[in-house]
Amino acid sequence: MKVRAQIAMVLNLDKCIGCHTCSITCKNVWTNREGVEYVWFNNVETKPGIGYPKDWENQERWKGGWVRSKNGKIVPRQGAKWRILSKIFANPHLPEIDDFYEPYTFEYEWLQSAPELQAQPTARPRSLVTGELLNKIEWSGNWEDMLGGEFEKRSHDYNFEGVQKEIYGHFEKTFMMYLPRLCEHCLNPSCLASCPSGAIYKRAEDGIVLIDQEKCRGWRMCVSGCPYKKIYYNWVSGKSEKCIFCYPRIETGQPTVCSETCVGRIRYLGVVLYDADKIEAAASVEDPKDLYPAQLSVFLNPHDVAVQEAARAEGIPDQWLEAAMLSPVYKMAMEWKIAFPLHPEYRTLPMVWYVPPLSPIQSAAEAGKISAKDGMPDVRSLRIPLRYLANLLTAGDEEPIAAALERMLAMRSYMRAKSVEGRIDEAIPERVGLDRATIEEMYKIMALAAYEDRYVIPTARREIDEDAYVLRGSSGFGFRENTLGSTKVNLFGGGARKAPRDPRMDVPT
Amino acid sequence: MTDFINQLAFGWYPYLAVTVLVVGSVLRFDANQYSWRSQSSQFLRRRQMVLGSNLFHMGIIILFFGHLVGLLTPINVFHTLGIGHGFKQTAALVVGGIAGVAAFVGCTLLLHRRLFDERVRRSSSVGDILVLVLIWLQLVLGIATTYWTLQHLDGSEMVRFMSWANGVLTLDPAAPGEIRDVALVYKLHIVLGLTLFVITPFTRLVHIWSAPIWFLLRPGYQIVRSRRSDKPVYARTKGPAGVAPSYGGTTVLRQQVESGEAGA
Repeated sequence: MKVRAQIAMVLNLDKCIGCHTCSITCKNVWTNREGVEYVWFNNVETKPGIGYPKDWENQERWKGGWVRSKNGKIVPRQGAKWRILSKIFANPHLPEIDDFYEPYTFEYEWLQSAPELQAQPTARPRSLVTGELLNKIEWSGNWEDMLGGEFEKRSHDYNFEGVQKEIYGHFEKTFMMYLPRLCEHCLNPSCLASCPSGAIYKRAEDGIVLIDQEKCRGWRMCVSGCPYKKIYYNWVSGKSEKCIFCYPRIETGQPTVCSETCVGRIRYLGVVLYDADKIEAAASVEDPKDLYPAQLSVFLNPHDVAVQEAARAEGIPDQWLEAAMLSPVYKMAMEWKIAFPLHPEYRTLPMVWYVPPLSPIQSAAEAGKISAKDGMPDVRSLRIPLRYLANLLTAGDEEPIAAALERMLAMRSYMRAKSVEGRIDEAIPERVGLDRATIEEMYKIMALAAYEDRYVIPTARREIDEDAYVLRGSSGFGFRENTLGSTKVNLFGGGARKAPRDPRMDVPT
Repeated sequence: MTDFINQLAFGWYPYLAVTVLVVGSVLRFDANQYSWRSQSSQFLRRRQMVLGSNLFHMGIIILFFGHLVGLLTPINVFHTLGIGHGFKQTAALVVGGIAGVAAFVGCTLLLHRRLFDERVRRSSSVGDILVLVLIWLQLVLGIATTYWTLQHLDGSEMVRFMSWANGVLTLDPAAPGEIRDVALVYKLHIVLGLTLFVITPFTRLVHIWSAPIWFLLRPGYQIVRSRRSDKPVYARTKGPAGVAPSYGGTTVLRQQVESGEAGA
């Protein structure tokens, strides 16, 4: 057992109102620079839809994620190392900027500075790539927002697989949900595996996956390697960039910007302990439907004393173990089984999980016919087809999704009975395999969703990991006396000779 | 005067060019790795890239190593191996000719795309365009030399170039004299080639140094970095004695703490 910790995220899609506040705040903090105008580390998609970039879920086309080969080993879908290298001159699976959208702005200045004209001045769109006027804006980051566009185009959504999708084109039958997406900070990241430079790495302390900007050489294999298309090529700097999970905030115990600003309070951040030795086996199980349970088996119970001992041996601070026990993410994923990984079939073991959304029952006319117990309709009669959610979250296995939706419905009816009718109905939680205390805790965390319940983030213990004594007085400044590069050799003299130091010498004050 | 120019171009310029190439690249790598990248434009425009880039790179790699081995291998090695100059000349002509044409076609596609595709043109620096133009000219010159080479299929002309390159490598002052009387097209080809060495540290060409063949040797696929060092710590304080921690700046300190890498 090799215990590691990760700050993981859960998004409660049942509460997402699709306001894009997360996207906007993220963009303003991280990607409002040249070369990344088209980049949304966090974006919100309306499903069904083909998404951003277009058709990102079609791995036959983009070759993201992993495949299990006949010998039971997994290799990146774009090929083993030598095949990745053979594609380095021109990556045939690389999306073009138009698959995201050509970034643009408007000539607002002209509205104020235009002289007297025959016609009203207009703010025409201009490309941020070429600076040229754009005739017509054809696509953007959330073109399909609120089911924008015709059903014919949206129906190419990959998650319709196994669903009789034609009927959902009718207005009366249609359904929609929001899907906020960001980097999954996977346990088995395929972007990292595809990077020929070895610039991408996962941090052992908090599981955040980052790109070393000094080591990245712009071979852009990660862009196609990531099945979620959450690695973006900065065409100005020539380097790839991705969601950094706001690590400077996470390290100081603050939630990510997208979480902090979420008005629907749908995001949860917490520690999950996992066994790094089990990752490969879990990602290599044969049946894609087993990937979700396999990933659950990688997570470790923070209440288990043996796990705690092993974690301490790995240098995980007690503060983190305590946070792991209080983690809302662990509760939702492991204890209540209401959160699921996005597209586990990609075999990357993603660490941003989703609570599936409830939806209205299919039509008012049918409502009477549906067997409803305590006001709880059959989850199969909900508007969003179970199969659709299953394709999204469990590789097509409907049972876990149905169970999760039933638990969420049970939470509602239990609380309705309690607060409206003034009675405690123990039968409701029992029917969905929970007890009264659990369902009340679910209510507290999912419905009330207080700030301190949503975000249980231990600070990075840098004072343990590195020597703060050498950092004293630096105030974050350097004087470029030495190299800025990683060679750590000063080519320009190296400064004055320093007295040789013996390991037993005391630290100078 | 001709002797002086000959001495300048083939006696001194090679040393200048290689020095700039090596020292310039090391300095840039040391000072500013963030600027070290291939600067691919495929993301902006895929058209002409897949065919153009593959043809160009494959061709160039063959040409590069062909020239490297062909010119710098001591002549005696070929004698010892019993490889005749005529045979070597013909082989070089055939292999180089095919690779040269492939690279030329690829380079032409890439140059066309860079100059006439609005997106690529607008996002190109002067260096990006200069590099392609110079390489395109170099390929034209290189292919043009085949006309003269065909008149020396016995390899006599080639031996002169080998002697010159060997001479430059072994610091022989007589080296420039070896190619004093060859056709002008060869001389231009050499001078332009050395010029490409000179501009390398200042352009995207530095990505050649980073050809990621080490990827094949990476154990497994995953990389995990830890702040916690595996090395035993005797004195808790790292860094030089008596100097404020600004030593090395924040970048170095960060890299020191992040440098502990371990396979997953």
